[in-house]
Amino acid sequence: MIKTTAAQMSSALANGEVTSVELTKAHLDRIAEVDNKVKAFLHVDNENALAQAAAVDADRAAGKVLGPLAGVPLALKDVLAQEGVPTTAGSKILQGWKPPYDSTVVAKLKAAGVVILGKTNMDEFAMGSSTENSGYGPTFNPWDLTRTPGGSSGGSAAAVSAFQAPIAIGSDTGGSIRQPAALTGIVGVRPTYGAVSRYGLIAYSSSLDQAGPFGRTVLDTAMLHEIIAGHDPKDATSINAPVPAVVAAAKSGDVKGLKIGVIKQLQGDGYQAGVLARFNESLEILASLGAQIVEVDCPSFEYALAAYYLIAPSECSSNLARFDAMRYGLRTGETSGASAESVMNSTREAGFGREVKRRIILGTYALSSGYYDAYYGSAQKIRTLIIEDYKKAFTQADVLVSPTSPITAFKIGEKSEDPIAMYLADVATIPVNLAGICGMSLPAGLADEDNLPVGFQIMAPAMEDQRLYQVGAALEASLVTKWGGHLISKVPALGGAK
Amino acid sequence: MALSYDDVIAKYEPVLGLEVHVELNTESKMFCSCSTTFGGEPNTQTCPVCLALPGALPVVNAKAIESSILIGLALNCQIAPYSRFSRKNYFYPDMPKNFQISQYDEPICFDGYVDVEIETEEGPKQFRIEIERVHMEEDTGKSLHVGGATGRIHGAEYSLLDYNRAGIPLVEIVTKIVPGTGKYAPEVAKAYVAELRDILRGLKVSDVKMEQGSLRCDANVSLRLIGSDVLGTRSETKNVNSLRSVERAIRGEMIRHAELLNDGKKVKQETRHFQEDTGLTRSGRSKEQAEDYRYFPEPDLVPVAPAARWIEELRAQLPERPSLRRKRLKEQWAVPDKEMAAMINADVLDIVEETVLLGADPTKARTWWLGEISRVANEKELAIVDLSITPKDVAEIVALVAAGELTDKLARQVVEGVIAGEGTPAEVVSKRGIKVVNDDGALMAAIEKVCAEQAETADKVRNGHVPAAGALIGAVMKETKGQADAARVRELLLGHLGQASN
Repeated sequence: MIKTTAAQMSSALANGEVTSVELTKAHLDRIAEVDNKVKAFLHVDNENALAQAAAVDADRAAGKVLGPLAGVPLALKDVLAQEGVPTTAGSKILQGWKPPYDSTVVAKLKAAGVVILGKTNMDEFAMGSSTENSGYGPTFNPWDLTRTPGGSSGGSAAAVSAFQAPIAIGSDTGGSIRQPAALTGIVGVRPTYGAVSRYGLIAYSSSLDQAGPFGRTVLDTAMLHEIIAGHDPKDATSINAPVPAVVAAAKSGDVKGLKIGVIKQLQGDGYQAGVLARFNESLEILASLGAQIVEVDCPSFEYALAAYYLIAPSECSSNLARFDAMRYGLRTGETSGASAESVMNSTREAGFGREVKRRIILGTYALSSGYYDAYYGSAQKIRTLIIEDYKKAFTQADVLVSPTSPITAFKIGEKSEDPIAMYLADVATIPVNLAGICGMSLPAGLADEDNLPVGFQIMAPAMEDQRLYQVGAALEASLVTKWGGHLISKVPALGGAK
Repeated sequence: MALSYDDVIAKYEPVLGLEVHVELNTESKMFCSCSTTFGGEPNTQTCPVCLALPGALPVVNAKAIESSILIGLALNCQIAPYSRFSRKNYFYPDMPKNFQISQYDEPICFDGYVDVEIETEEGPKQFRIEIERVHMEEDTGKSLHVGGATGRIHGAEYSLLDYNRAGIPLVEIVTKIVPGTGKYAPEVAKAYVAELRDILRGLKVSDVKMEQGSLRCDANVSLRLIGSDVLGTRSETKNVNSLRSVERAIRGEMIRHAELLNDGKKVKQETRHFQEDTGLTRSGRSKEQAEDYRYFPEPDLVPVAPAARWIEELRAQLPERPSLRRKRLKEQWAVPDKEMAAMINADVLDIVEETVLLGADPTKARTWWLGEISRVANEKELAIVDLSITPKDVAEIVALVAAGELTDKLARQVVEGVIAGEGTPAEVVSKRGIKVVNDDGALMAAIEKVCAEQAETADKVRNGHVPAAGALIGAVMKETKGQADAARVRELLLGHLGQASN
C-alpha cells in the first residue's frame, strides 16, 4: 500500500479497503525501518499521527463528508509551525521550541484530515541546496545514499521518494522544492507567491518564500496543492482570489495547441549531458502531443543568481534578528552579570550554522548605509528586469520550460566547502522566485551517465498554476507509458521495503 | 559662564524642530489583534505576532491608517496615494523582532502646517509651524531594570520585559525646522504641542495623555548668531512629559547651548533626557555613534494605497479646528480673555461646552467647573474628568438653582454629594434632605428671633444703617441651617425693620 499513490490511498480509504490507522502505521513502520539510512525526519510524531488517523477513521465511520486526502499521511518540512510539536527550521537555535500556534498550512492540513507523520529535515532556515546545512546532520538521497537529496526541502523529498510518506510539504525560496524533487525523482511545485499563506512559515526571505506540495505523481501533488492554497487574512501578501483549478488540470493533461517556450539562457554550458538529453526528449514528447515548441530569450536571467544572493540574505539578516535568546529557543552564555548583548552574541554564535552566519553577514553588509544602492538597490532593479523578461516571454508562450537542476544528485560533501558551486545548483529555479510566479519539477527520467533522476521544470504566470499541472500531467502520462510505470518504481529498495 | 535668558536671546536665534509621538487609541495593536488597554498585567496582551514568534506575520490595522490620514488632513498635509512600511533594524531586548516596522522614506502624510497663537506683551502673535511628515510605526515593549539605582540599566541586577506595549500603533508628527520664533521659542513650542493635543483630541484618535506617554515630545534645539543663516548643532531632548516641561526644556537647552558657545565650546549632537525635578537635561546616547538602521521596505506588508474617495470622505468628517472652536465659544459665551485662558489651562473647555449644551447658562457652567469642582479635584489630586460628576449633573444643579430650589450654598453641598458618589443631584437633594426654606412664616419667625437677640444691630438698621443688615441675614441663614434663600431673607428682614429692600 505505501508504494501506491495518494490518490489510490484516498480511494482505498473511501472504499473501506484500508483504515487511516492502518495506513499511518504502515508509514510509521517504514520510517522506523529506513530512516536510520535516509534521515529524512527530525521528529516522528507517532502519537499525534495515530490519534489524527483514528479521528479521521471515526469521522468516516460516522458518515461525515471528508476531503479527498483525509486519512492520507504526510511529511511536513520543519519550517512550518505546528502547535505543541518541536519546530526548529533545522537550526540549533530553535532546539526544543514548541510553537503555541499552528501555521495556516498546518491548520488547513488538519482541517482536511491529512495525517501529519512528523517534521522533516532541511537546510538550516532553508538556506542551502543539499540539506547538509541542517543543524542536525544531512539527509541522504534514497537513490544513492552517498548523495544529497538536494535542498533545502531535502527531508520532505527524501521521505516521499523513500515511501515514508506519499506526499509532503516543502518550501521554496530559490528552488528548495523543485531542486530536491528533481534530485529524488518526484514531483514538486512552488505555487505562485501569495497563493499559499506564509503565516507560520519560519521566514528566510519574506519576498521569496512560498510553501508548496511534493508528491510522487502530478495528480497527488495537485490534490495537496488545492488543500493548502487560498487567501489568508493573517498574511498581508496573500492573494485574495480563487485557487486555480489544479486538480482538474492534472486530470485533463492536454497540451494540444499549447505554446511551450524553451528559455535560451537555461541550458547549455554547465548543464550535465544526461540532464539535457532527458530534457530534450521530454520536449519531443510534448511536441508529439501537439504542443508548439518555441525558444524565448530572457537576457536578464544571467544576473538572477547575483540578485538572489543579495535580496535573500538582506531579508534574512533582518528576519533572523528575532533569534536573540530573549523569548524562546536556545540561550547560552547566561552567567551572573552577563549583559543582554553578550547573551545574544553567545547564543547566536552557538545556535547558527556557518551558512546562516554567512548570509546574515552578507545581508547586513548589503543593506548598510553607503552600500544599499549598489547592492540591495541594484538587486531590486534586476528583479524588475527579470519580471519584464517573463512578461515578454509569456506573450510568446503559455508555459516556459527548462531543466530543473543543471546536474543530478551530487555527493555528500562534494560542494559543501564551495558555496558558489552550491549556489549554482539553483541557477534555473531562482528566476521563478524573483518574479513571484509558479513552477513545477517532474521526473524526466534517469541521466545515462549516472542513472540518477533528472527534473523537467515548467513555469507559468502568477495565479496560472493550473497550467503547470496541465502540461505536467500530459508529459507524465507519456513518460509513464514509455517507462512502464512511474520513475519512482526504479528507486533502490533501501532494504526492508515491502 | 551662567547666562540669563535675556543674554541668550540678545545674541542668538533659536531654531526648533519638534517630533511628537502619539499613541493611537485603536482597540487593537498596529499589526495584530491584541488589546491596547493601558496597565494590564505584564505580557497578557501578547500573541505570536507581537512577541515575534518564528513564522508570525504582521497585518496592518486599517483603523490606524484611518486615524493617520485624519491626523494628516487636520494638519493640512498631503496624503500619499502610495506609501510603504520599512524595517528599522537594531537590537534591543524589548523590541521583539529586533526591527521596528516604521515608515521611512515614504510617509503616509507630508507637507502640512499648524498655526498657533501665543500671548505676548505686544498682544496675541501668530506663528506657522510647518509639518514635514506624519508617519506610522509601532511601539516597543518596556524594560524594567531591577536592583540598580533609579530604575536605570546601569548597575541593575536583572531586567524584566513587558511586551504589552509592543506593537501599539504610534504616529510620529515631525515639523520642519522652525526658525523665527526668537525669544518666544519656548512658548511657541508649548503652544504647538498644546494645539496638536487639542487637534488629536478633537479627532478622537488618541487619549493624548502626556503623563501616560500617549503623547510624547522630542524637542530639537539649536542656536545660531542672530543674522546668520547657518544652522547650529542641535540637541534632541527626550522624556518631556508635560506642556510645561516642553517650555522648560527648550528654555534650559537654549541657555545651555549659549553657555557652551560663549565659552568657545561646541554643542554635541546628542540625545538628552529632561529631568522634571531640576528642569535640566542630562546627556543620553551620543548620535555620533548613531546606529546604521539598515532600512529596507518591509516585505511582509503590501503598500498602503488609500482610495482618493476615502480620503475625501475622511476630510468631510474633520471636526472644527480647536483654534476656531475656541474663538467661537469665547464669543458665544461672552467670556473675558482671562477666564477663557483659565478654562483652557484647566482643560475644562469640553466639559463646560457639554454642560452648556445640556441647557446650563455658560457663565454658571464655567463657574462651577473652574471653581468648586476644580477645587475638589485639586484637593483629591485627581483630574476633573476623573471625578464622578458629569456635565449632566452640573446642568441639573444649575437648573435647580435657577428654579430657586437650591441656593448657591446648598448647591455646593449637592456637588459635594455627587462627587462623593451619593447619586444624581436629585438623589443627593432627597437623601440629604436639602431644601430651600420657602415658607415666609418660618423665615419671619427666625427673623423675629434674631432681631430680638441682636436688638442693637436691628436698631441700627431701623435707623437707616442698611449695611448692618448683613450680620442679621447671616444669623438668619444660620438659624435656618443654610436652607433659606438669602435674597428672600434680606427682603423680609428689611421690610420687617421698615427699610425698603432694593
